[in-house]
Amino acid sequence: MTKRSLRRGAVTTAALIAVAAAPAFAQDEKKEIQKYQQMIAEGSPAELWELSGEELWTKKQGPKNASLEGCDLGLGAGKVKGAYAHLPRYFKDTGRVMDLEARLLYCMETLQGRSDKDARARLFGNANKPSEMEFLVAYIVGQSRGVPMAAGASHPKEKEAFEMGKALFFYRAGPWDFSCASCHGEEGKRIRMQDLPVLSEPPGARKAYTTWPAYRVSNSQLKTMQWRLNDCYRQMRFPEPTFGSDATIALTHYMAVLAKGAPYAGPGTKR
Amino acid sequence: MAGPMKARAKMQGNYADVRVLMSHPMETGQRKGGDGKPVPKHFIQNLTVKLNGKTVIEGEISQAVSRNPVFSFRIGGAKPGDKIEISWLDNKGESNKTETAVA
Amino acid sequence: MKTKLILGLALGALAAAPFALAEPTADEVAAIQKRDFHKRGQAGMDRIEQDAVQRVCTDSHNKPPEALAKAMESDQLKAIPFPSGSLIGDWKKGAKVASGGRGMTWSDDPKKPSAGGCYNCHQLSARQPSYGTIGPSLTGFAKKRGNGPDMQKYVYGKVYNAKAYSLCSNMPRFGSSGTLTEEQIKDVVAYVLDANSPVNK
Repeated sequence: MTKRSLRRGAVTTAALIAVAAAPAFAQDEKKEIQKYQQMIAEGSPAELWELSGEELWTKKQGPKNASLEGCDLGLGAGKVKGAYAHLPRYFKDTGRVMDLEARLLYCMETLQGRSDKDARARLFGNANKPSEMEFLVAYIVGQSRGVPMAAGASHPKEKEAFEMGKALFFYRAGPWDFSCASCHGEEGKRIRMQDLPVLSEPPGARKAYTTWPAYRVSNSQLKTMQWRLNDCYRQMRFPEPTFGSDATIALTHYMAVLAKGAPYAGPGTKR
Repeated sequence: MAGPMKARAKMQGNYADVRVLMSHPMETGQRKGGDGKPVPKHFIQNLTVKLNGKTVIEGEISQAVSRNPVFSFRIGGAKPGDKIEISWLDNKGESNKTETAVA
Repeated sequence: MKTKLILGLALGALAAAPFALAEPTADEVAAIQKRDFHKRGQAGMDRIEQDAVQRVCTDSHNKPPEALAKAMESDQLKAIPFPSGSLIGDWKKGAKVASGGRGMTWSDDPKKPSAGGCYNCHQLSARQPSYGTIGPSLTGFAKKRGNGPDMQKYVYGKVYNAKAYSLCSNMPRFGSSGTLTEEQIKDVVAYVLDANSPVNK
């Protein structure tokens, strides 16, 4: 056999092997992804964010030189254990349904006397410059580990927020006609290799809502729920939602109510 | 100022299962920053583990390890209440350490 | 004109449907978004306003009344500017449009070309394991369905405006939204239909 035909033979064989291996390849990938997810879940750097958050919670700051220890997250002033599991909820002092981040902004402004501008100075951090908000969120959610999700569902404003969240979830707009449901509305779908939970039904909502906020390995950063909503809207080609606004809280509340009863497993770890 | 460090040690039969989380940028020196210039090398080089004051692990790690490393290992012959100290030293001479008792 | 009448009647019927008391009205949903979203980069507030397709699909939970859907699909199909001549471009360029995912977000430079993000939702080349499943697999498309002028027109039209074929489809309208240019869409058609494209190997 000439050298040329030998090479062609080898290439054909290699191609055949590659094609034959294709179905097994897909199965192996799923297993590898599962192994990876397990690996990153054990010993999550999110715990480092919790430690920093605990320090910030007790740190005296702002014109009033006060810490956040007097902040009422829904279970009474300063009560942190289990508080996150009961959010979002209606707060009498503001007349609003609030999520954790909105409540933290409120406490920074009222207890510490910080201006809205100052409190919102660095809402989303990055690996080189983490944000105060992210440390505090990590600490507080960590204190609800194992607590069953119990977002407020009895006050009329809470019911309104749920319905508004639902309406927003299915609202199609933008140049690509996306709604949250475009990606999160059908069982068994994925974008590229990322499985998509159905957030408008309890099973999917429970899975997602109990594992966010999370340390995101690809960002080397703890990402909050407000960040997750913000980045979803960016990828939906929408304009930007305002941090801690009623619209974002309504969406979080919708998912939180659907996730009712599931024990909180966060802060999570994601790819 | 080094970021937080946290360790956990739990008895598993004859040995202690230890896990330590370290906050560190672990810059390889090859990543380009916002200005297009490579961000200088800044990574943990030495890792030391002491059991009740006696060194049991002397480790050298490189910039191949990613940001915010997690190190888990087992120590044979450990008992509940034993003190485990983990410390690191990076290429800039910065260091940090943490201590935990075996549960 | 007939479409407008049908649209009006259909929307009226949808609006009159019974609903729970706490449910917000369409006006309330629009108002909260107007107040709680803001322009950033190229993503302006005009993007929050729904056009007829988005209104009908949202209100009907993506199950529009048949007659209305057919009328709206037909109107849109008539409006697709099919290029003259061959609709098959360069599959190698099409592969890049299919793999790329940038464009149209507030963090994208509007002066740079967008990509189609096809792999986000579809399987295409059998050798690319990283694909989504929101849309059907397109692997072996031309082998299964041919690549003559009719099929070329179908693929071009689908990419340009998928809603002309299925009113409440999840697939974005890459042409009519200004995301992809005529040349880019032809390249995507080539990626899907060219016999030499990895999609058909």
